Amino acid sequence: MSSIAIIGAGQAGMQLADSLRRGGFEGSVILYGDEGSLPYQRPPLSKQFLLGDLEASRLNFRPIAHYEKLAVTLRLDCAVTQVDLQTRTLAMANGEQAAFDRLAFTTGARVRKLALPGAEDPRVCYLRGITDAQAIRERLATARRVVIIGGGFIGLEVAAVARTLGKEVTVLEAQTRLMPRVVAPVVSAYFEAVHNQRGVRFLLGESLTALAPTSSALGLTTASATYLEADLVVVGIGVHPNLELAAAAGLPCEGGIVVNEFACTRDPTVVAAGDCTWQRNILFERPHRLESVQNAVDQAKVAAASLLEKPVAYSQVPWFWSDQYDVKLQMVGISTGFEAAIVRGNPETGAFSVFYYLGERVLAVDSINRPAEHMAARRLLASGGLLAKELAADPAADLKTIIEKN
Amino acid sequence: MPKVIFIAPDSSRRELESPAGWSVMEAAIQNDVLGIVAECGGGCACATCHVIVDEAWAAQLAPASPNENDLLECTAAPRTATSRLSCQLKISASLDGLTVQIPDRQT
Repeated sequence: MSSIAIIGAGQAGMQLADSLRRGGFEGSVILYGDEGSLPYQRPPLSKQFLLGDLEASRLNFRPIAHYEKLAVTLRLDCAVTQVDLQTRTLAMANGEQAAFDRLAFTTGARVRKLALPGAEDPRVCYLRGITDAQAIRERLATARRVVIIGGGFIGLEVAAVARTLGKEVTVLEAQTRLMPRVVAPVVSAYFEAVHNQRGVRFLLGESLTALAPTSSALGLTTASATYLEADLVVVGIGVHPNLELAAAAGLPCEGGIVVNEFACTRDPTVVAAGDCTWQRNILFERPHRLESVQNAVDQAKVAAASLLEKPVAYSQVPWFWSDQYDVKLQMVGISTGFEAAIVRGNPETGAFSVFYYLGERVLAVDSINRPAEHMAARRLLASGGLLAKELAADPAADLKTIIEKN
Repeated sequence: MPKVIFIAPDSSRRELESPAGWSVMEAAIQNDVLGIVAECGGGCACATCHVIVDEAWAAQLAPASPNENDLLECTAAPRTATSRLSCQLKISASLDGLTVQIPDRQT
């Protein structure tokens, strides 16, 4: 009987354990986590949980009985500090060692931190795990002025929550528009207007150059010498993949732990899945790294299939979402390298989609308060992405029917 | 606590008690009822927590929002007259005994 160790008890680790059992694996499965909590959902941390609408236990994917039923051993307060692929052992922070036959890295990512003097002040917060979200929630209760560094998903979701709670909110974004890495200017502009209408102030093309903590506030100075004060600063400037453990074990790493389309590292008995991977997907020419629920789930399924020796190549279309106030942004595909952005519907109505084309092919679709178009777009991209631009632009054309006919 | 009853595709029945205010999807997930996937964790964004509400109960539910209604067009198992997304159904004392059927697939 063989044993599989899964390092990282987030969405990918939990899915991997689940898929191994559903696929009939009968050896031991040990899931190592270092947060002390059952695997839980991260997306609500920057949304309902931060608003105070949810207790922590409601974030768990499954109750403890689920893991007992699956015979998955949970080691949830057990940071793995070293992996030896020759002797097939791993070492934990508490000094314990454990043997494994096959291994999975689902180590996720950690936040990028501000590299400025004063940034260690506890009023400068980051958001990744439940304890981070709890700390922000507590500070939000008494803060009046909230400054957010980074106009990406995390920053804007936190801005929406802070405004909803009546805080004075300023967002600094180094680029000249919001979510610049992932959406077209028309979508950036729409979200800027949404937040402006709710009273969020933006400093675009601005970065933080100095931070001066005092007992009463954090004094912030920007590159253009704007000075502002905050009771709470939330930083959302991206993440680093947790690849160090794999790299130290001798596995190739680039922008993440390098895996092929079967989620296998160079050692075919070692897989990796989720935010930590520099991955291959047969739909894309180039490797990339993705930070998303969809990728954690689907790549973990691929990794499990490889460990079960029933390999399936990763070919899922990536999708993402963000909730800000009552606006739901759903994205499918990767728009990098697009030539034309076709808008379907009128942004002024608060419900529209943007189709990103390269030549005649749709690379990606962003939908704002248009979940049915998002679902249709997922089917469209899964079947190759061919859709005439006139049809994409015509809100009266029934996408679902057109795509089903293709 | 109010009861929720899940009927699995094989017609087996699970009766649960769940706090008022939780969604039917959460009651399923937290009690390990299989067949409710909830990929998006309850954001009304994915259509993988589809249930078919018992006809006796369907009329007592708050109507589906336009978003939910749109997503119900995209479920993996075909939509029926009483299909709902379980993440949008809030458990309450007045819905004590709410009975829903789980479709045979969600993705």
